[in-house]
Amino acid sequence: MKAISTKNALALIFSASILAGCASTDTTEDADTNANADANGVAVTDQAGGAEAYGQGDGANVAASELEAQKAEAKRLAKEKEAGALREIRTFYFDFDKSSVKPESRTVLMAHAAFLAANPNVNVTLEGHSDERGTKEYNLALGERRGQSVERFLVVNGVARTQLEVVSFGEEKPATAGHDESSWAKNRRVMIQYK
Amino acid sequence: MQKNIVLTYILSAVLLLTSRVSIAELMIEITQGSDSAVPIAIVPFTNKSAGAIPENINKIISGDLQRSGEFEPLPTNRMLSLPSSAKAVYYRDWRLLKQNYLLIGSVEYSKYTKSYKIQYELFDVNQQQRIIGEEVSGGEKSLRDLAHHISDAVYEAVTGVRGAFSTKIAYITLQGSPAAKAKLEYRLQVADADGRRSFTLLKTSEPIISPSWSPDGKKLAYVSFESGRPAIYTQVIKSGRRTLVSSFKGLNGAPAWSPDGKKLALTLSKDGNAEIYRLDLATKKLERYTRHYGIDTEASWSPDGHSVVFTSDRSGSPQVYRMNIYDLEPERLTFEGRYNARPRFSEDGDSLFFVHQSNGSFNIATMNLKTGNQITLTETPLDESPSLAPNDRMLIYSTQRGRKGVLAVVSVDGRSKYFLPSAFGDVREPAWSPFLR
Repeated sequence: MKAISTKNALALIFSASILAGCASTDTTEDADTNANADANGVAVTDQAGGAEAYGQGDGANVAASELEAQKAEAKRLAKEKEAGALREIRTFYFDFDKSSVKPESRTVLMAHAAFLAANPNVNVTLEGHSDERGTKEYNLALGERRGQSVERFLVVNGVARTQLEVVSFGEEKPATAGHDESSWAKNRRVMIQYK
Repeated sequence: MQKNIVLTYILSAVLLLTSRVSIAELMIEITQGSDSAVPIAIVPFTNKSAGAIPENINKIISGDLQRSGEFEPLPTNRMLSLPSSAKAVYYRDWRLLKQNYLLIGSVEYSKYTKSYKIQYELFDVNQQQRIIGEEVSGGEKSLRDLAHHISDAVYEAVTGVRGAFSTKIAYITLQGSPAAKAKLEYRLQVADADGRRSFTLLKTSEPIISPSWSPDGKKLAYVSFESGRPAIYTQVIKSGRRTLVSSFKGLNGAPAWSPDGKKLALTLSKDGNAEIYRLDLATKKLERYTRHYGIDTEASWSPDGHSVVFTSDRSGSPQVYRMNIYDLEPERLTFEGRYNARPRFSEDGDSLFFVHQSNGSFNIATMNLKTGNQITLTETPLDESPSLAPNDRMLIYSTQRGRKGVLAVVSVDGRSKYFLPSAFGDVREPAWSPFLR
């Protein structure tokens, strides 16, 4: 009994460290993406979004010392930047003939959900796509179901349904043209398009 | 904004309808002939007029019969004589060449009526008798029609089955690659069954899918994404007049005409997820056919109009189901493999043709509804969109060759096959017309 639980604990610690490793790698990559986005001016919307959140943070910091406020502010900005970086990821992938949101998509989708919930005047289209295999109309329905999965995830996390619209293109608009598993994997996706 | 309840308005569609000039004729490549094909000698038709005949009549006929896989025309250079009338026929010559049938004829142009008169006769070489003969006429533009008419007559006289050479096919072409973000051009095309005389019904930069013929062959229903989302239109082929019939929120897909031409089965997701409905085209009334949280789509009517077959993943993977339209109780028909979809009835109602996945490859399969026997007809990896000729003898479908989408035709016994590639661009989503006369 005891041996097993130790083993389990070890396994847990091990997998946690792997996850942490993954997460930190992701963050680094995302920060790079964000830097690029800044250079391209894509992140302007995100900064505007950050400005709105700033008003709320201000009130909470009134009692704190100026130094602490600056620290908190820096931390908040870093977090804001990280969230903005996460939101630069707008494509979410699916398994063949499946429409459930993959665990690895959740963190990024949460960032989109938080932003959309905080900005109820921002609307997005959820574009559902499939790979080329199978029939066109079934794939059209499958693309929609993938879009609806993402829609449900966002609604559960506080986004108003009126901010979201699902449009499926089925297999008609592949991201990449190849006829192999690596291309198909890139084509089975939902893309969040900010309007 | 999305509640436009089947707005039926007629679009002038001036921008969308292009000049009906054929730009992308399909070619024909026969890859596999049947070894049981009937030998037939089609003698070059004699020209009885002064000028040249703009179409090679006997070549069109021999092309038709050869593509059917059921005939093997004799090359002209092997013929011992070239008769153009019954009295010049020596059966012995044709028996020597092991021919079962002999077709002869002549073409004559009349300056008076500006029309061509074609006379033909078909002989049974072994029985030493004339089977059929006829005189048909028409203007220059109908010369190919006259030739296909003769092919139909010969086919029926020999096989006992109505010929489908005078029918048409609808299909979608795509120039440019969506992945390459290049400028895209989708076209809804209609052509003769041999791929010739194609013309454009719709040209748009957004996808077009699922063309479906009205039972009278005068209209097409299809899904166009030209508004940025899928919507169903019908279009009169002759005039080009279009009607938007369904643009609900969400999916508008898989239109299929009922055999009486008065209704469309279609897939809508306005009530939550992909479900099959029946739309009455005159009253615009919708009746819901399926109720399930799984995907229900790709309906097709039985020829008697009493039932529909469709794709549903209610079992966990896409499978083919059938239900009669009175009790709407779905019954699962396919059990082999994890993917069976887009069923189509044969004209006689006895079998189904659908897309079947096995060993990672998507092929066209057929199932006899009486025995439940299932046969796979094609062997390339991405075969889709099966559509039967109205005489149930040939099946057109889309496949990939190299990196291009092409159309292919296979006989329902799988013994003969040919491709209809386009000179450029991808071709997909073929739909074979019903009989047109």
